[in-house]
Amino acid sequence: MLQRLQHLLGIEDLTREQISFILDQAKPFQEFHRHPLKKLATLRGKTVALAFFENSTRTRISFATAAARLGADTMNLQAESSSLKKGESLLDTLWTLEAMRPDGIVIRHSSSGAPEFVAQRLGIPVVNAGDGTHEHPTQALLDALTIRDRKRKLDGLHVTILGDILHSRVARSNIHLLSKFGAHITLCGPAMWVPRDLESLAPNVRRVSRVDEALDGADVIIVLRVQTERLHEPMLAAEEYILQFQLTPERLRLAGPDTLVLHPGPMNRGLEIDPSVADGPQSGVLEQVTNGLAIRMALLYHLVGGAALEAAPAPGTTGKE
Amino acid sequence: MLLIKNGRVLDPSSGTDASLDVLLDGSRISKVGASLSASNVEVFDAAGMIVAPGFIDLHCHLREPGQELSETIETGTRAAARGGFTAVCTMPNTQPINDNASVTRGIVERAAAAGAVRVWPIGAASVGSKGEALAEIAAMRDAGIVAVSDDGKPVATARLMRQVMDYCRALDLPVIDHCEDPSLFAGGVMREGPRSIRLGLKGIPAQSESICVGRDVEVAMLTGARLHIAHMSTRASLEYVRAAKKQGLPVTCEVTPHHFTLIDEDVRYDSHYKMNPPLASREDRAALIEGLADGSVDAIATDHAPHHPSSKDVEFDRAPFGITGFETALALGLSELVHPGKISLKRLVELFTTGPARVLGIERKIAADEPADLTIFSPDVAWTFRAADSPSKSRNTPFDGRSFRGAPMATVVAGRIVYRR
Repeated sequence: MLQRLQHLLGIEDLTREQISFILDQAKPFQEFHRHPLKKLATLRGKTVALAFFENSTRTRISFATAAARLGADTMNLQAESSSLKKGESLLDTLWTLEAMRPDGIVIRHSSSGAPEFVAQRLGIPVVNAGDGTHEHPTQALLDALTIRDRKRKLDGLHVTILGDILHSRVARSNIHLLSKFGAHITLCGPAMWVPRDLESLAPNVRRVSRVDEALDGADVIIVLRVQTERLHEPMLAAEEYILQFQLTPERLRLAGPDTLVLHPGPMNRGLEIDPSVADGPQSGVLEQVTNGLAIRMALLYHLVGGAALEAAPAPGTTGKE
Repeated sequence: MLLIKNGRVLDPSSGTDASLDVLLDGSRISKVGASLSASNVEVFDAAGMIVAPGFIDLHCHLREPGQELSETIETGTRAAARGGFTAVCTMPNTQPINDNASVTRGIVERAAAAGAVRVWPIGAASVGSKGEALAEIAAMRDAGIVAVSDDGKPVATARLMRQVMDYCRALDLPVIDHCEDPSLFAGGVMREGPRSIRLGLKGIPAQSESICVGRDVEVAMLTGARLHIAHMSTRASLEYVRAAKKQGLPVTCEVTPHHFTLIDEDVRYDSHYKMNPPLASREDRAALIEGLADGSVDAIATDHAPHHPSSKDVEFDRAPFGITGFETALALGLSELVHPGKISLKRLVELFTTGPARVLGIERKIAADEPADLTIFSPDVAWTFRAADSPSKSRNTPFDGRSFRGAPMATVVAGRIVYRR
């Protein structure tokens, strides 16, 4: 039975059915973006607080656009302008936001677990827009939607994630999600960023140190952004990274002509990915962006609009239990 | 005069385990024997209870001077009394740091005026615990310190450790070290492993502690000084201590109740699970319990580290390390170690009494003319710990609401009942 979501804090605790439901809910919104008039009244009168304690352009705009197209108003809190800079605690900031009575809050924060911390203390739906190195659930959902559209299925795929896995919330959410659909997941990147304990995250996760072996037979390749500040601690020359792990057309050929390439963006063209791959026919990066809107509309519609799941919801249950 | 009747006297120093009465006259024990009676005495009926030498906590933070929002000597020692402790060693990382005799005297005077139990200060090893110049250790010893430590952080370098140890050997003071390698620790907030990976929290490898323990044992070998490892949490650290003991070096160690109770898998986004050293792996916990049982671990110490709710009620990685511990220590020892049959009741008493006493170079026993410090407890009474009821100013404990079997029934310091359940 489907359990109604109160929050979206991470993928780890979602069931496969809940994930499929969200992906299905996003379908009509994918179509909707092709309409000339892109505004619904579904969430008219509702207010969504966008609390971005960490800098973000893409994700923030995506959520803001999703809210606007559903007819909701938004309250914006950004890192640079926030009172956090003045030493206010997260809790005080949130209570201030809550006092303005938003109907839901989207939070991005550099501390892992911050959305859960907030959800336990505020009485409104919380959507995690990326927390520390923990999870980025809407990214994994939009990736899954893109994969399902392109590959016509989500089950049992061979997915390779390439890059700095240790510090990636995108990788964690993708591992949790794809593993629930029986994916075989291969992790590859500089060894200090691919620690053994990652294999304990989910079933069928393996680490491969050579990129050629990691790409062989992959249905999907998720290329992670190299956070350039990480290249300095410990020192790893960009040239070393490019030499060993850049997704080049030659390496993509090892995977196959039907292999889908995803990247959560923003891309460092010429670092983790060759521009011709990023812009090539196997790339799904622009669909990811559009699908991100659809996923976020579906979630806001569901969480803030209080749209009931088709199956009878169990009262008092959350997606976290 | 106070007569404690019908209790089971358990004194590890003499091996006594018998139903005996204990008569206290003022601050000293006057008589121990069967069926004692005396006129004009207050009688405490300890039927069904254990009468043990007064418990000593080798490691706590009373936050006074300087952080009285979190704890004071008064509130902290009242919590200690409820936990059955008759003496607590308070770490020097106050504001100012206890690195000179005037701070030490201030603590001693405040404890004499407001302390519910005895307070034995630990002095800083280096000035400001900065790891550079030696603190005024001899003057602090004269003012009442029982050991030195830069707790909160390790003694900075092997070279400084050598100087501190040489110096303290001559003063016959133990050197207590908080062992971690700062370069491996590197901003971590929990133990590195599958759980830290899952939670996306920066991990601290186990080796951060054991590398430093290894260093300290080497320096102890070089100097022959008394070394005590604070809040030891890993198997590898224990192996270093075992090897040192085998060679006859005066190396001792303590383990906290939370490290023999909880593990890294218990950590969630709740800063009451954030402490330093972090909760260790299941295998490490098993090794620590083995060490507690076989005598390689000398003492259970609480590392009572109160933090005001406003500082703990924040994102996990921004919260300070540490939890309170006085009131749950004995109950955790009974519930986690004795009742499941991992150690004997006598061994548990040893870990709270003669064990820590030996680390400090003193004796602890129930005999005529000894100080009248006693801990009377029930190994069986059922109760539930409520942090809100604690006299401590802080509530930062993962054990709030936990039910236990066994609790202190009375704490006697210098012949006076300072806590009675």
